[in-house]
Amino acid sequence: MNSTPEPPLTEALIAEHGLTPAEYQRIQELLGRDPNLTELGIFSVMWSEHCSYKSSRPHLKTLPTEGPRVIQGPGENAGVVDIGDGLAVVFKIESHNHPSFIEPHQGAATGVGGIMRDIFTMGARPLALLDSLRFGELSEPHTRYLFNGVVAGISAYGNCVGVPTVGGDIYFDACYSGNILVNVFCLGVARADKIFLGKAGGVGNPILYVGAKTGRDGIHGASMASAEFDDATEEKRPTVQVGDPFTEKLLLEACLEIMKKDWVVGVQDMGAAGLTSASFEMADRAGLGIAIDLDRVPLREDGMTAYDIMLSESQERMVFVVEQGREEEAMAIFRRWDLDTAVIGQVTDDGFLRASKDGRPAINLPIAAVVEGALKCERPTRRPAYLDEVQAWTAESLAIPDRGDAMLKELLGSPNIASKHSVYEQYDHMVRLNTLVLPGSDATVIRVPGTQKALAISVDCNSRFCYLDPYAGAQAAVAESCRNVVCSGGEPIGVTNCLNFGNPENPEIMWQFEQAVRGLGDLCQIFDIPVVSGNVSLYNETKGEAIYPTPTIAVVGLLEDLTRYCTQWFKAAGHEIGLIGATREDLGGSEYLKQLGEPLRGKPPALNPEVEKRVQRMCLELIREGRIESAHDCSEGGLAVALAESCFSGPEVFGAVIGLASDVRQDALLFGESHSRIVISFTSGQREEIQARAQQSAVEFAVLGKVGGSRFQVAINHQGCIDQDIRMLADIWKQALTRYGKRLD
Amino acid sequence: MKCGVVVFPGSNCDHDSYHVLKHLYGQETHWIWHKDQVLEPFDLIVLPGGFSYGDYLRPGAIARFSPIMKAIIKYANAGGRVLGICNGFQILVESGLLPGALRRNASQKFICKYVHLRVESNQTPYTSRCEKNAVLKIPVAHADGGYFVEPETLKALEDQDRIILRYSDAAGRSDATTNPNGSVGQIAGVANAEKNVLGMMPHPERCADPLWPDRDGRYIFDSLIHSS
Repeated sequence: MNSTPEPPLTEALIAEHGLTPAEYQRIQELLGRDPNLTELGIFSVMWSEHCSYKSSRPHLKTLPTEGPRVIQGPGENAGVVDIGDGLAVVFKIESHNHPSFIEPHQGAATGVGGIMRDIFTMGARPLALLDSLRFGELSEPHTRYLFNGVVAGISAYGNCVGVPTVGGDIYFDACYSGNILVNVFCLGVARADKIFLGKAGGVGNPILYVGAKTGRDGIHGASMASAEFDDATEEKRPTVQVGDPFTEKLLLEACLEIMKKDWVVGVQDMGAAGLTSASFEMADRAGLGIAIDLDRVPLREDGMTAYDIMLSESQERMVFVVEQGREEEAMAIFRRWDLDTAVIGQVTDDGFLRASKDGRPAINLPIAAVVEGALKCERPTRRPAYLDEVQAWTAESLAIPDRGDAMLKELLGSPNIASKHSVYEQYDHMVRLNTLVLPGSDATVIRVPGTQKALAISVDCNSRFCYLDPYAGAQAAVAESCRNVVCSGGEPIGVTNCLNFGNPENPEIMWQFEQAVRGLGDLCQIFDIPVVSGNVSLYNETKGEAIYPTPTIAVVGLLEDLTRYCTQWFKAAGHEIGLIGATREDLGGSEYLKQLGEPLRGKPPALNPEVEKRVQRMCLELIREGRIESAHDCSEGGLAVALAESCFSGPEVFGAVIGLASDVRQDALLFGESHSRIVISFTSGQREEIQARAQQSAVEFAVLGKVGGSRFQVAINHQGCIDQDIRMLADIWKQALTRYGKRLD
Repeated sequence: MKCGVVVFPGSNCDHDSYHVLKHLYGQETHWIWHKDQVLEPFDLIVLPGGFSYGDYLRPGAIARFSPIMKAIIKYANAGGRVLGICNGFQILVESGLLPGALRRNASQKFICKYVHLRVESNQTPYTSRCEKNAVLKIPVAHADGGYFVEPETLKALEDQDRIILRYSDAAGRSDATTNPNGSVGQIAGVANAEKNVLGMMPHPERCADPLWPDRDGRYIFDSLIHSS
């Protein structure tokens, strides 16, 4: 049917498209004929794991997605949650793992571009970006190349568009050395009654193309993200798209301008699988059809076929559906911003996607067959064999050190705990004047422009815990993310997740996935927070070595009064220091064990969701009533690290004198990672009230000591075990990552 | 004071300057579109931060050819006040309203953080409310902020009191250790001979809102309003 003769659809060609013989047979049944090459390409991307969620969908259905604030749950470009005053927040997190490993700068940059388009496609101006990054160990030169490249890519793209990158997290572990993770979160604010959906409604309405021209880049990006890596992976560099943040900026401003009109019917970003997924998804959501004239698509190069145009993943492109007769008005706005634009088709009523090229029919596919026709995929699961062995380990075999000084220094200087300022200083984190709490506290706090409200955002996942117990690990990720938001004064109102796992065809990986989704869902249910959007990234595996399960969680919290935010650092000498929550003998999966060179084993700390809830509620109330000066979650590195960070992560450095009374073994007390603990500081006048609150809340609370002096001193049961100059500790913590960043070998 | 904020397609600090002038200072403030060729009378024009035309070439190298810049050059040469912040500073040097060039940061990386600035001269409408040698804490956010001029021009700038701001520490000491980007002489802000045009890399509009703990950016805007 195309103007150029097509190669015959051989078995090899079908296999190259990632389709199994059974899937091809399914296509033949659905169509009642053989597809042509372009159509084969369409099935290939639309039925890929990346676009179809075929392995994950049955599990994701179990997540709680509803709540009184939810305006839009999963299934659209992003989730939408009401924040009152006629406003809504629009947010989502998405992975760009595979492209970033192959080409770190462009892979990360286009990840940022893609998630921003998901947000402004819905009518929201993006206000904040966060990144959750995972790399191999920094001692490997290739990891340093990937790390520097990813950070530079995020910096180049986000800074240029003018959306502040306000936070995130970064961890290094050997399990990511062949598969890095780049998960990008974006949040925007829109009027609650002006949310735009990706629907091609209204038969006869014109379909407009706007943005960058279509080139041959990124063809089969979605399929590339649906397979494991091997030795030839680096040869896939041409499947990574190249980003143009300047065009994104033009597209952003033009879209927000046109969305003020009341004749925009639907809008969709051309992301993974480009024009193909945009047109099929828009038609499917409206239950209608689409006719496209591919000769009208603005092209970057000559000789592009229907196949190339439909499968291109060129960046910074969108599809708009507007009311009939408004196309010239719409295109005038796009041209004012110097964007390429064209009417490329119209909405039809026949439920088909039909496209022509060179005046001849090129595609003729029933929408439902493509969107819903994929073979059901219920992947088998099996509890991994390694679990019994790793969970059997206990700390009894481990010698207890006399003092904690040396280990505290090691932990503060380890890349997972050390200050990340050398990274976030490469991101413009202040542009647009909303960043109330700059990066470096438990959660970022941004104000909602034009209101008295603010939002606290945190992304978290401790994948070491997830490896030891995916169910408990996923719960811990949600709990910690909420705790970080609470420590900043926010009340959690919505969750988005990015589920990064290995090859789902392996039943053990699929078991990890199933367990993590259950853990995530169960905890969100108990905490009553809806999951409103998300993304799944599978096949994070190289030559059979999978990453640890990494269900990255982002929690958004609301502050009704933007002046009532809280930061993690101590504010003045003389303030008292306290700990909300109990410390147990939780050493399994800790950074402490990692520093000792121990293999990853043990049981992860147990989480009691009811206790966690009470701890968070108490802390949030104390912040709202202005009773505490700082609040800091205890996580990697345990209580000792949380206390030290509270001393030096703010604008001023303070010493502290701490006295602990406990029968928990010393190393677990100092460095264990028990959940549900928050280090707070307060003026002496508040002490009794806080103690009373703890009793009412049935939460453990202890006064630990005082802020002040030039040393960091910790005694356990009156026995000194840490005594160091606080500025020296601060210097270790501040410089560790910077040193790696500067290494050029 | 009637203010205009120029909007290049890649400006991204335009809203911030507009917000400070209009909402915090209550000044009459207008947008100026980069494709406009005629400029109505203004008391102040701000060239805001951002990436004017993407800046894949040298920052500001394309902006200098934009229609509005012809009008702004005429306006500045007639004594009109132009404040170029960050990308605006880069555009001012590219268009010849200020001498020198802005090179890639010595670290080769984008830098966003608070820095200290020593006020070298208060004989400008932009710094008239500052003491000489006062120290301001104002953030920078740029990849190309290394100011460069040849030694002869540097000498002339010093002789004419045209170096307005230098990177320093909190105590006002300025040397190589307080230089965030490799600028010659730690220069952060430069004026033309008549002092009606100022280019500065730091962003005073980012710390003028009373909501923030740091508000030293107000000194620049207070000066402008006081001297208008």
